[in-house]
Amino acid sequence: MTTDLAPGPKVDPKIAATADFLDTRLGISKMFKGLGRKLFPDHWSFLLGEIALYSFIVLIISGTFLTMFFVPSMTEIHYPHDALPVTMQGQPMSEAFASTLNLSFHVRGGLFMRQLHHWSALIFVGAMVIHMLRILFTGAFRKPREINYLIGFLMLITSLLAGLTGYSLPDDVLSGNGLRITDGVVRSIPIIGSYLSFMVFGGEFPGMDVVPRMYALHILFIPGLILALVAVHLFLVFWHKHTQYPGPGRTNKNVVGFPLFPIYVAKAGGFFFIVFGILGLMGATMSINNVWNYGPFDPALVGAGAQPDWYMLFLEGSLRLMPSWEVVIAGFTVPMSVLIPAVVVPGVLFTVLGAYPFIHNYATKDTGEHHVLDRPRNAPTRTAIIVAVLSVFFVLLAAGSNDLIATHFSLSLNAITWAFRVLFFVLPVVAFIVTKRVCYGLQRKDRELVLHGHETGRVVRFASGEYAEVHKPLDDFERWVLVGPQPERPLEIEPAEDSNGVRRPGHKKELRRQKFSRFFYEERVEPVTPAELVAAHATGAHDALPASEERDARELEARTH
Amino acid sequence: MTIEHTDRSTDVVEHPEQFTNPGLPPHRPRLGDEDPKANKLSERIVLAIFTVSVLASIASIVGYFAIPVDPEAGSMGNTRLSTIVIGVGLGLGMLGIGVAAIHWAKSLMNDHDKVEERHEIAGDEETRGTAVEMFNEGVRDASIARRPLLKGAVGGALALAPLPFLVPLIGNLGGDWDVSRFKRTAWAPGDNGDRVYLATDPTNRRIKAAEVTVGSLFHVMPWNLPEHPNYLDEKAKAVVLLVRLDPQDLKETEERASWSYDGIVAYSKICTHVGCPVALYERETHHLLCPCHQSTFDVTDEAKVVFGPAGRALPQLPIDVDENGYLVAQRDFDEPIGPSFWERER
Repeated sequence: MTTDLAPGPKVDPKIAATADFLDTRLGISKMFKGLGRKLFPDHWSFLLGEIALYSFIVLIISGTFLTMFFVPSMTEIHYPHDALPVTMQGQPMSEAFASTLNLSFHVRGGLFMRQLHHWSALIFVGAMVIHMLRILFTGAFRKPREINYLIGFLMLITSLLAGLTGYSLPDDVLSGNGLRITDGVVRSIPIIGSYLSFMVFGGEFPGMDVVPRMYALHILFIPGLILALVAVHLFLVFWHKHTQYPGPGRTNKNVVGFPLFPIYVAKAGGFFFIVFGILGLMGATMSINNVWNYGPFDPALVGAGAQPDWYMLFLEGSLRLMPSWEVVIAGFTVPMSVLIPAVVVPGVLFTVLGAYPFIHNYATKDTGEHHVLDRPRNAPTRTAIIVAVLSVFFVLLAAGSNDLIATHFSLSLNAITWAFRVLFFVLPVVAFIVTKRVCYGLQRKDRELVLHGHETGRVVRFASGEYAEVHKPLDDFERWVLVGPQPERPLEIEPAEDSNGVRRPGHKKELRRQKFSRFFYEERVEPVTPAELVAAHATGAHDALPASEERDARELEARTH
Repeated sequence: MTIEHTDRSTDVVEHPEQFTNPGLPPHRPRLGDEDPKANKLSERIVLAIFTVSVLASIASIVGYFAIPVDPEAGSMGNTRLSTIVIGVGLGLGMLGIGVAAIHWAKSLMNDHDKVEERHEIAGDEETRGTAVEMFNEGVRDASIARRPLLKGAVGGALALAPLPFLVPLIGNLGGDWDVSRFKRTAWAPGDNGDRVYLATDPTNRRIKAAEVTVGSLFHVMPWNLPEHPNYLDEKAKAVVLLVRLDPQDLKETEERASWSYDGIVAYSKICTHVGCPVALYERETHHLLCPCHQSTFDVTDEAKVVFGPAGRALPQLPIDVDENGYLVAQRDFDEPIGPSFWERER
C-alpha cells in the first residue's frame, strides 16, 4: 500500500544538499512550512479559474512563437509569386498580412501555433466568464473577497482588450472591418470622439499606425497588466484560503481538502497539461480564422455572414438591435444608434457586474466573513438577477448572429431583429421571475427530502391494511448540506422615532436600504429545523421503517384529527 | 396536524433551533487501498499514459523534420499534414502528462480529507493596536502633520510630474489632429478644377454611362486613386456604389434632379452607422444592405434608411458625363460620408 501514513523514507542526500543550498539562500524551508501542505478544497467548479490561468500561459507561449515571425507593419508589398497560397500571389497587401500568410504556410508549426493561439484566446475569455459566473452564483465574492473579485473583473476587461487588439493584427478583411467598426464607435462619443479616433489611428482610418500600435499593446502592455493582476489574484486566493462548498465537517472557520504538496501539485499541475493538451489538439485539427480566404484588408470589401470572436459578439448584437436614431443638439451630432448599443449598454452591463459585491453589501450590511459558498438555490434573488442579466447577454449574442439565423432557418431578418428587440426587454423579466420560482421550488424540494427521506420503492402493508412506501431517512452527513446553510434575512432598522418621540436622523435613508434588502431577502424558504424533523417523523407514514403498534396507533390518531 | 405534533414533541424535549454540523463523514477506501492488485494496475496505467506522452512528443518532432513546407517543396497538403502532426503530437504529449499525473493523484496518493483552521483575515486587537502605534510613530517621525504646505506641495508635484510624459505621448498619437479631413474626399475637383472620373474598383477603369445597364451595380472609386499617397485612407472615404434605375422608379427631389444622369445614381458605399462597406444590393427591391449591422437603404429614394440602426441616408455623389460619355463627379459629396461624429454638422 502506498497511501499509508508511516514516516517517510530516508531523504536522498542529493535532495538534502539541494534543499540546504536553497534554504540557506532563499529560506525555502520557511516558505514550504507555510505553503507546502496548505489545504485546497476539491470541486469541479474550482477548475474554471484554472482553465483561464492555463489558457493564459498557453497564450503567452504560443504568442511568443508568433512574435518571432509576424511583422507588425502596414507597409504595402506584393506577395511573392512562389509562396503559398496561390490565390494571394502577387497581390498587394500589408507586411502584417503577408507575414501572417508566410508564418501559416512556410513556417513549420506556424499555422498550428496561430490556431493554438486563437483557440486559447477563445477558451481563455470563455473560462473567465464562466468562472466569474460561478463566483457570482455561489456568492464567493462576499466579504472578505470583494477586492479580489474586482481584480478578476479588471482581468476580464483587459482580456477583452487583448482579444480586440490581437484580432486586429493580421490586417485581413475581417480584422480591418472590426477596426472600422471600432472607429465608428469611438467617433460616436460626444465632444472627444473625432479626436479619440485620430488618437487610435494616428490620423484617419485606417492609416499606417494602427497595426504597430495594437501590436505594442497586444504583446507588451496588456499581457503585462494581466500578468500583474494574475499575481495579485492568486496571492489573494492563497491569503484568504479557498472557499468551500457546504458539507459535513466544513465550516466558516476551517478548510477541508487536500494538501498542495503532493496532491495539488499533481492535480493542478496535471490539469495544466490537460488544458494545454486539449488546446493543442484543437489547434492541430480545428482550423480557425483562415485569413487567406478573406484576403488583405480593403476598405471597400466586407464578407457577408462575418462574425467577430464570441466575446465581442454581444456588442455586435447590441449594434444590430438598435433602431435608427440620431440627434443634433445645437449643431452637434450625437449618433444614438451607435452610442447607446456600443457605449451605454456595455457600460451599464460592466458597471453592474463590477459593482455587484457592493450592491450585495448594501442589501445585507454584511459584517461576517463568508468562506462557505452558497448553493445558488439558497440565494434566489441573486441567482435570478444573474440569470436575468445572462438572458440579456444571450439575446445580444443571438442578435449578433441574426443574419446566420435568418439564412439557416429561412426566416425574415427584420422579423428576427424585431423579436430580439422585444426579447431584450421581456426576457430578463421572465428569466428573473422563473429563476426565482425555480429556486424556491428547489428549496422546498430540499425540505421535503429532509422531512420525508428518499423514496425506496419498497411498499409495505400496515396492520391496518393500508399500503405505504417506505422512505429512507437521510443520514446526518447528507442532511447537513440541506439544513446547514441559513438564509439571509432583510435588514432590521430602528423605528423612525426614538423612545423620547424624537425623529432619528437618517431614518429615510435606512428605510430605503431596508426596502432594497427586502427585495432580496423578504421571501425565503427556511431550512428544516430539528423540531420540524422530529414532528415529521412523528406524523409521517412514509419516513421510517415499518412501524410498531404504537406508531400505527399514533398515526391513526393523527389521521383522524 | 404538523403543528399539533410539534407542540407535543416539544413538550417532551427542547429541540435546538438549528442542526449541528455532524463533522467529516467517514473515509471511504478506494479499490486500490485494499486490493494490492488494483493498486498495481493503477500504477501500470499511469506508466502507460506517460509512455503515450513520450511517444507523441517524439512523433511531433519527427513530423517537424520530415514534412517540408518551404516554398520549393511545400504544398497545401504538406502544410496541413505538418500542422496536424506537430500539433497532435504536442497535444497528446501534454495531455498524457496531465492525465497520468491526475490519475496518479486520484488512485495512488493519500485521499484522506484534511482539515485546517482558518484565521480571521483582519488582525486581532493587539495587532491592530501595534499597527496604529507604528503608523503614528512614523507620522511623528516624518512630522507631516504640522506642515500642511508640504503636504500640498508633494501632492501638486506628484500630480504634475506624469504630464511631461503623457502630454507628448497623447499629443503625438493623433498626428496632425485635423479632424476636418473627415469631411473631404478624393472626389473634390483638383486644384486646376479638373473633375474626377468614376472608375471601377479594383480595376481602375473609367466607366461610360452607356455601359451601365438598368439594374446593374458598379463598385466605384475615383480614377487613379491607387496612385494617391494615402490610398487606403482616401479609399475608405471615397468608395461609391453606382446603380442605374428605370428613371420612373427614381424618386428625386427637385434639388437633386441634376445629381443623377439618366437614372444612374451614385451613393457613398460607407455605411452611415459605423462605416462598414454597404456591399449587398437587392436588385428587386432596390435596397442596399450593410452586412455588418443590416442597415438597409432604399436606392430609389435617395438611399434613405428603411431598416436597421443607421441614423442617416447614404450621401449621394452628384455625377455627370463628359463629352466622351465617361461618368464624372460634379464635385465632392455635399455632406461628410461614413459614421457620424460630434462636429459633423459644423
